[in-house]
Amino acid sequence: MNSHFRPVGGPILTGTFLVSAAIFIVSVAILIWRFIVGLGPTTAMNDLYPWGIWITYDVVVGTALACGGYAVALLCYVLNKGKYHHLIRPAILTSALGYSLAGVSVIIDLGRYWNVWKVPLLWNWNRNSILLEVAICIMTYVVVLWIELAPAFLEKWEEDAPWQWLRNLSLKIHPWLNRILIPLLALGILLPTMHQSSLGSMMLIAVHKLHKLWHTPMLPLLFLLSCIVMGYAAVVFETALADKVFKLPRETKLLAPLSVVMVVVLFAFLAVRVGDLALRGRLGLIFRFDFYSFMFLLEMALFVIPAVLLIFRRFRYNPGVEFLCAMMMMTAGLLYRFDAFLVGFKPAPNAAYFPSIPEMFVTLGLVAFEVMAYLFIVKIFPILGGVTHAAPRTGHGGVGVPASGG
Amino acid sequence: MEKEEERDTLLSRLESRGVTRRDFLRVCSIAAAAVGLPPWTVAKMAEAATLKSRPSVIWLHFQECTGCTETLLRTSHPALSELLLNLISLDYHETLFAAAGANAEDALREAMRKNSGKYVLVVEGSIPTKDNGAFCKVGGKTAMEIVREVAPEAGAIIAIGSCASWGGVASADPNPTGATGLPQLLRTADYAPILKGKPIVSLPGCPPNPYNLLGTVLQYATLGTLPALDALGRPMFAYARTIHEDCPRRPHFDAGRFVEKFGDPNHRVGYCLYKTGCKGPKTLASCSQQHFAEVVGAWPVGIGHPCIGCTEQSVAFRIPLHATVEIDRPTPPDTFAPIHAERGAVSPAAAGVAGLVAGALAGAGLVAARKLGKDAAAKEGEEKEEGK
Amino acid sequence: MSVTRRTVLKGMAAAAATSVTGVPKALARERKKPPAGAVGMLYDATRCIGCKACMVKCKEANQLPPDPGGKMGAIYDAPDDLTGYTKNVIKLYREGDRISYMKAQCMHCVDPACVSVCMIGAFRKDKQGVVTYDPGMCVGCRYCMMACPFNVPKYQWDVAFPKIVKCEMCRHLLAEGKLPACVEACPREAVIFGKLEDLKADARNRLAAEPGRYFPKVYGETDGGGTQVLYLSAAGIPFEKLGLPDIGDQPLPELSETLQHAVYQGFVAPIVLYGALGLVIYRNRKRQSSEEEGDK
Repeated sequence: MNSHFRPVGGPILTGTFLVSAAIFIVSVAILIWRFIVGLGPTTAMNDLYPWGIWITYDVVVGTALACGGYAVALLCYVLNKGKYHHLIRPAILTSALGYSLAGVSVIIDLGRYWNVWKVPLLWNWNRNSILLEVAICIMTYVVVLWIELAPAFLEKWEEDAPWQWLRNLSLKIHPWLNRILIPLLALGILLPTMHQSSLGSMMLIAVHKLHKLWHTPMLPLLFLLSCIVMGYAAVVFETALADKVFKLPRETKLLAPLSVVMVVVLFAFLAVRVGDLALRGRLGLIFRFDFYSFMFLLEMALFVIPAVLLIFRRFRYNPGVEFLCAMMMMTAGLLYRFDAFLVGFKPAPNAAYFPSIPEMFVTLGLVAFEVMAYLFIVKIFPILGGVTHAAPRTGHGGVGVPASGG
Repeated sequence: MEKEEERDTLLSRLESRGVTRRDFLRVCSIAAAAVGLPPWTVAKMAEAATLKSRPSVIWLHFQECTGCTETLLRTSHPALSELLLNLISLDYHETLFAAAGANAEDALREAMRKNSGKYVLVVEGSIPTKDNGAFCKVGGKTAMEIVREVAPEAGAIIAIGSCASWGGVASADPNPTGATGLPQLLRTADYAPILKGKPIVSLPGCPPNPYNLLGTVLQYATLGTLPALDALGRPMFAYARTIHEDCPRRPHFDAGRFVEKFGDPNHRVGYCLYKTGCKGPKTLASCSQQHFAEVVGAWPVGIGHPCIGCTEQSVAFRIPLHATVEIDRPTPPDTFAPIHAERGAVSPAAAGVAGLVAGALAGAGLVAARKLGKDAAAKEGEEKEEGK
Repeated sequence: MSVTRRTVLKGMAAAAATSVTGVPKALARERKKPPAGAVGMLYDATRCIGCKACMVKCKEANQLPPDPGGKMGAIYDAPDDLTGYTKNVIKLYREGDRISYMKAQCMHCVDPACVSVCMIGAFRKDKQGVVTYDPGMCVGCRYCMMACPFNVPKYQWDVAFPKIVKCEMCRHLLAEGKLPACVEACPREAVIFGKLEDLKADARNRLAAEPGRYFPKVYGETDGGGTQVLYLSAAGIPFEKLGLPDIGDQPLPELSETLQHAVYQGFVAPIVLYGALGLVIYRNRKRQSSEEEGDK
């Protein structure tokens, strides 16, 4: 077994797990209802806003937040920063869960989901469709992620499997994995580069329906840059949280340099964003102080504040500030995507959209499921690195961190 | 010169009354137009009038109120009804006959014998089938027996009125007499041999619009054919469209102007009666186009009462008078779509929930950040202590 | 540990070079023209009387159920826009005393955005240029609804097995040599059907013959790359007021397809990038394992 990674251990049915489970069960009930009555009664989507938060959050934002695996893979395998190696498994786990749930969200959002098996069939492809490329890329990437994560499962099952056949199978498969490792890792970097930029390209077609502050040919580049920022921010966020919750040693010195990467990419993003607006003569729109102008300024604030703060070493090495900046960057990326898909999208006068409560509950439920799956897997399988679990605290979540717990 | 057998033709009869051929042709064209026959039939009519013998009509009454006969008599334009009563030879009609009793019976038998295979049998009223049809007897015979006697040698059969067409009011639940319409009776196994492929025309209505009969008979008498019939045997010229389609009050319906209660101001100005239970949308009949008694507006809706659907077996005497019906083929009302329709709204409840969730997450994040900062400061403090 | 920045930059430069060489070929996306047998419709708003016979006939010919609106329920067919049950709707524009009617339906664009974005080709353009919908290939992703600049495709939100719905120019009737139902029904020939070139000529003739009657433009001649359903508006009523947006002359798919194909043409750039990444990762791992051995 890899000396770095260990199962965290501890009770599965903690407070956080149970609360998440409750939310998830309610969302399943809503989903059953959705499949019986259709999208109309369950969501607030309408003919002028055919895409709601199930696409915008679950797929577009969700996959970007799940780009931690992509970010750390770039660090470890391309830039060869081996000291981040132990971050790779939790990052890949979050990515695998995030992307898988994005896939589930697509299925529940599709109106004629029974035809979805026709999409991967090559001869049906309309190669002009950017959504097709996103779909195929994401489908493939989900498989790649779970295969990349497989060593964690195989290691555990080789030592301690509930059934003998599973142990034998694991022993057989594991050497194969090592052989396909490099092509797999390369794919794991190529695919997100492709589809995260293409997620931005998807809105290129809405030339006249997307507000000029967001519609630009630079959309694919902007989405790619912001997803890299969000990926690193997600890693900082999750690592800090997991270390705190599972009582692992703090990794301030490790995470701080990541902030440098975030700052550099952030400034690149801002340069392209503002520069592109300037080149197109659209800077005036920023200062109209109408609804769109305010959303843009909010976005910018959430991008600029952490970019500036993290220039200073003092703040980079302050875990509190770093954590807050990571949250701000994730929120900024979320807001940017919401603006580009929903808020800045005005197909006609008299059109509006705000998600319905059942719709929001389903999104929350899927995130809750992610939390449950993450907790379950890190406790059973060797995902997190460093020290083993300290004496378990029965029942409730970790101290002072209400959003999750061990 | 040989004396030609005086032919009993219409023209000869009219000429004997001083009606010239020209007058006759003029009236023919009016009559043809009134019942929707095309102009070229006028010439045929003239031909028939001069050449053909008048077809014999035998009119039987069963379980009826005589409303169908009465409505025919209420065609107040004398030339028209007289024309047709002269266009045909009404050889048996219990209401209009002066004769009675055995004389009447003899007239019936004589007419049947003389015109065997050619007479038009018109039936008014439903035929009871329970208890061997004992509920209706004329001259000691049940209605069913009379049908058995008279129907086989008819050339064409017309069931006039809803009672004869499908049972009418007598057939309303619980139908104690087993009242049934003539076509339904003649299509049972027992009577099928009698029917022998003879055409049966149904002219439902309670009472039916007299012009439906007049048109049918006019065509038969002059052209020798019956008008195009629908699946229930009703002439398409009168029963192909619903009352709703041609109703004079339709613009009020389309504009949403309805009578809410009888006697209210809307009723006084003549708004649409849909909400008071008008069965127009479900009723195929010609009343909205061709009113009764040759008076414009002399039909139920015209005088302010909703149509009761008297021609339709599924509607009349079944659906309550003032219960509304579904519209089978809704059409656009008298309003227009705007250039930009409204779609979607921000629900305050949802916005509230979203705000709460976002706030909770932000708050949790801030708390976590502070905690991490504090822990780090504490740890730094520890390390400094150790370093000392 | 030696820095691999050099290798990374080398690899990326290689990828960039290959993708840039691919660009000139990709940017040459030719502007699409209407097909040879292109048919279309011409709607003259000045001739329309708002009778809505076309709406009734469209429902009949396409076997669509009524769209009840308002409080009275299903006694009217009262859509307020195109919907999952309405392929054709007459809208009213009113400004003070001026009114104009507007027949809203699929524009059957020459270079349709919906056809460009549809993943597995549920939307296609047929030989006559009619934009057709095949529910058998539709997954209900609703990208077409996001893409269409006229907001034409509509969705059946309230059923478990929904379809996308839009005018298909009664192609089942066209196949029998008949006219689209709305054209057949119109009592004033406000909407007519015919070969696209003939309709364009007819429209221009009308503008020339009665310039005081019309707004001086035939909408759809070049808008969005051209549409096969053309519009004429009354003098003094610009098309925006009727809900027909000013979308310029560039077809919508031009931007997205050009950018997409610039990067992905022949799949060269991804493959090169993949190769570069593989190389870098391989060399990094070799360096790492040799370092580890060196440490031992």
